[in-house]
Amino acid sequence: MTRSGTSDAAAAPLTGGPRRGRVRGPGVPLPLLLPALAGLAFLLLPLVALLVRAPWRALPVQLTSTEVWQALQLSLVSATAATGVSLVLGVPLAWLLARTDFPGRGLVRALVTLPLVLPPVVGGVALLLALGRNGVVGRGLDAWFGITLPFTTAGVVVAEAFVAMPFLVISVEGTLRAADRRYEEAAATLGASRFTAFRRVTLPLVAPGVAAGAVLAWARALGEFGATITFAGNFPGRTQTMPLAVYLALQNDPEAAIALSLVLLAVSIAVLAGLRDRWMTAS
Amino acid sequence: MTRSARRTRRMLQTAGAGAAALLVLSACSSSSGSGSDSAEKSDSSASSASSTPKLSGTITVFAAASLKESFTALGQEFEKEHPGTKVSFNFGGSDTLAASITGGAPADVFAAASPKTMAIVTDKKDAAGTPVTFVRNQLEIATLPGNPHKVSSLKDLTKSGLKVVLCDKTVPCGAAAQKALGASRLKLTPVSYEQDVKSALTKVELKEADAAVVYRTDVKAAGDKVQGVEFPESAKAVNAYPIALLKNAPNTEAAEAFIALVRSAEGRDVLTKAGFLQP
Amino acid sequence: MTHTGQTAAQPAAADASGQGLNARIVVERGSFRLDVALAAAPGDVVALLGPNGAGKTTALRALAGLVPLSGGHLRLDGAVLDRTPPESRPVGVVFQDYLLFPHLTALDNVAFGPRCRGASKAQARAVAAGWLERMGLADHAGVKPRRLSGGQAQRVALARALATGPRLLLLDEPLAALDARTRLEVRAGLRRHLAEFEAVAVLVTHDPLDAMVLADRLVVVEHGRVVQEGTPSDIARHPRTDYIARLVGLNLYRGVAEGHSVRLDAGPAVTTDEALYGPVFVAFPPGAVTLYRERPAGSSARNLWRCEVVGLETHGDRIRADLTGELPLAADLTTVAAAELGLQPGATVWATVKAGQTHAYPA
Repeated sequence: MTRSGTSDAAAAPLTGGPRRGRVRGPGVPLPLLLPALAGLAFLLLPLVALLVRAPWRALPVQLTSTEVWQALQLSLVSATAATGVSLVLGVPLAWLLARTDFPGRGLVRALVTLPLVLPPVVGGVALLLALGRNGVVGRGLDAWFGITLPFTTAGVVVAEAFVAMPFLVISVEGTLRAADRRYEEAAATLGASRFTAFRRVTLPLVAPGVAAGAVLAWARALGEFGATITFAGNFPGRTQTMPLAVYLALQNDPEAAIALSLVLLAVSIAVLAGLRDRWMTAS
Repeated sequence: MTRSARRTRRMLQTAGAGAAALLVLSACSSSSGSGSDSAEKSDSSASSASSTPKLSGTITVFAAASLKESFTALGQEFEKEHPGTKVSFNFGGSDTLAASITGGAPADVFAAASPKTMAIVTDKKDAAGTPVTFVRNQLEIATLPGNPHKVSSLKDLTKSGLKVVLCDKTVPCGAAAQKALGASRLKLTPVSYEQDVKSALTKVELKEADAAVVYRTDVKAAGDKVQGVEFPESAKAVNAYPIALLKNAPNTEAAEAFIALVRSAEGRDVLTKAGFLQP
Repeated sequence: MTHTGQTAAQPAAADASGQGLNARIVVERGSFRLDVALAAAPGDVVALLGPNGAGKTTALRALAGLVPLSGGHLRLDGAVLDRTPPESRPVGVVFQDYLLFPHLTALDNVAFGPRCRGASKAQARAVAAGWLERMGLADHAGVKPRRLSGGQAQRVALARALATGPRLLLLDEPLAALDARTRLEVRAGLRRHLAEFEAVAVLVTHDPLDAMVLADRLVVVEHGRVVQEGTPSDIARHPRTDYIARLVGLNLYRGVAEGHSVRLDAGPAVTTDEALYGPVFVAFPPGAVTLYRERPAGSSARNLWRCEVVGLETHGDRIRADLTGELPLAADLTTVAAAELGLQPGATVWATVKAGQTHAYPA
C-alpha cells in the first residue's frame, strides 16, 4: 500500500490525474483461485467453528461479569500503549536500519526480528531476566528508581511491546526502503536537517506504512499471551488481559472461554475495520 | 445447543479419537518392528489380554505436571521390566489434559491432580472403571532461599510489601490454596494468579516474587532454589491424585500394568521420595 | 548567431572579489571519473549540456552537496563549500520531476525552505505567497501537487528553490518532464525568471534548444570531461566534436514578430509559417540553409541574405560554413556542393531559408 502510495505521489504531478483501480480481466486462473479459496477457508473455518459452538444463550450472562470488562479494558489500553511504545522506539529503529549504513547492520536487523521466532513464553522469561526485580537491568531500576515491572500493568505493556515491536519495525523499514529518498534530498537542499527531513517529509510520506505497521503491532499486542503471563503475571484488573482470561477460563469453563474470545474478536474486527475506513478516506 | 447437535459432537469426538488411536497404533507398530495392519493388531491385542502375559507397544500416559519427575522415573522402570514397551508421557495442567481427553486425544492412562479434573473425564464416560486415589499432595509455602522475609505461617504471607503469587483458582493448586486461606479466614491479595504451579514456582525461583503457595512436591523438585515452609492449614486442603484407565485406551493391558506399578510398593517409594503423601 | 539578448560572460567569470561560482568538481565512482571545472559570475546562467551518462546530473548533485567531492574544490561567493552538507549550502535545486512534497500544499512546499532556514511559520508563508504570486500561481496556493498541471508544478518547484534566496540555483532537466506544448510556454517563463535571478544559475539539459534559450554559456560534457565551452553561438559555429555539431545544429535568433514576419534583433526580417506577435525566437537548422554564389534570379526576396564566409569546418561527410553579413548563420552542405560553389573564407554567398523550415515561438 505504501509503495503505491509514494510512487503514486511521485508520479502524480506528471500524470496530473487521480489514480483509479486497474480494470481486471474477467478470468481468474484456476491454479490461483483454488488455493486462494482453500486458504481463505482454512483461515475462516476455525472462526466459523467458534461462532457455531458459541454459547449464545449464556453469552449475556458471561458478558455482564466485571472481570470480562476489566480484562477487555486492560487489553485495549495495554495494546494501545504497547503500540505507542513500539512507534516511539520502533520507527527510529526502522529508520536507522533503512537509512544508515553501519557495520553489522544485517546482524542487527536479524536480532530485531528475533522476538518473532522466539516462543513468547521464552520472551517473557528473558524479560524477567532482564527487567525483573532481580534482572540484569531491573535490579538497577528497582534499587535506584524503585521501579519494578513484573506484576504491573506497565509490565504488560513492556511484554506486549517486546513481542509486537518487531512487526512494526519490519513493516516500517520496508516502507522506508520503498519510499523515494530523493524527497529527503530535496528537503536537504531546502535547508532541512536530516531530522527535520525525517519529521516533515519522510514520516508523512511513509505514514500509511507506519499506520499499517502500528495496526499489525496493535493486533499482535492484543492477542499476546505467553510473554505477558510470564513477565507480568495474571491479576484481574491489573495484568489479566483478555487472552489470559480466555486461557484460564478454558481450564474449567470452555464455554466462558469461547464467549470471551468472541468479545475479543468482535472488538478487534470493529477497531481494525474502523481504522481501515479512516485511511481509505484520508488517502 | 440442541440434543442432535450434541450427539453429532459426541460422534465426531469418538470418530476423532478413533482416527487418532489408529495413528498412534500405526506409530507403535512401526516402533515395535511389526508390519502388521494396525486394526488387526488392535484386535489381536484385545483378544490376547489374558493369554499372553508379554506386554508390548506404547502406553500413552496423560499426567498432572506435578507428577513429571516421579512418573518419568517410573516409566523408565516399567520399560526396563517389560522390554518392548514404551511409556510416552504428556505432562500438563490437569484441566488441559482432561479437556484433550474428552476432546478425543488418544491416551491409555490419566493421572489427575484433583478429583474435580478427573470428574471431567468420568462425567463424559471416557474412563474405564472407577478412578483410584494413588497419592495425596499437600500445599507448602515456597520462599526465597534462606527465607529472608521470615515467613513461618500462612498468615505471614498477608504482610504488606510481600510479593506473593498463587495459582489461579481454575487450577487445582489455586483451588487448594483458596480452601486453606478460607479455612483460616485469611485474606491474601497476591501480585499474580499464575496459570499453573510451575509458573508460580518459577516466579520465586527467579526472585520476582517473595513467596508462592505451591505443592510440597514442587518445593522438593526445585531443590535449593527455593525454601519450603510447611503450614498447618495445608492439612485442610490436601489434594487427592486419582488415576484411571481410559475407555478408549489403545493398549489396555500394558496400561493396567503401568497403573499397577504406580500403586505398588515400588511406585509409592518413588512418589514418596518426590514429596507425595500416601493416599 | 545566437543572440539571446544577454551578452555572454567570459568563462573564468568569478570576478576579483570572489563573487560567483568557482568550482572544480571531481567525483570518482568505480571506473567513472567526472572532472569538470565551472566558473560563473552572479547573473550568469550556465548550461551543462551532454549526452546521457556524461555526468551532468552527478555534477549538479555534487554542487548541491548530495554527492561528495572526490577531489577539486567548490567556492561560492568566496566561501569554501567543499565539505558543507547540502542543508547548509546557499543552494536551491529544481529537480527533474520537481519532487514537490505530495503531502504539502503548493504554499507549504514553497514555505518549506524559509521555514527550515529559521523563518517563523507566518513569515515563511508570507515569503511563499509572494513567490507564488510572482509565478502567477497565487490561486493555487492551497492546492496539493497532484492537482497541479506539469507547468504549474514546474513553477512551484522553481518558487520553492528560489524562496530560500539561494546564491546558486541548480536546475536538473527543468523541462524534460513536460509535453511539447507546455514546454514552449514554460521555457519562456523560466527564461524570464532566470534573467531576473541575480545569482549564479546552473542548469543541466540534454536538449540544445533549452540550453541555448535559457543559458548565456554552455559547458558541453562528454564522458565526465568538459569537451567544449563558450557562448551558444561560439559553440554552434565552431563545434569541436561531432556530438556537439549534431547537438547544437541550430541557428537561433531573437526578434519581434508581426504576424508571419519577424524583425530580428540582428537586423533583417525572417518570414515564418507561424503567425505570432511580440517577442519570439526563430530557429532553423544549418541543413535548411541553401547557398548560392550569385543572387538567385526569380527567387522572392524573402529570407534571402548576403553573407560572407568566415570559416569552413568538416564534420563527417558534411561541411559547416560559418557566415557573417546581413545575418550571421551556420550552414551545412555536402563536400560536393561546397566544391561546386568554390567556398572559401572571404567568399560572398547568398543564403536562403524556406519559411516552412523555420520555427518561431514566443520568447
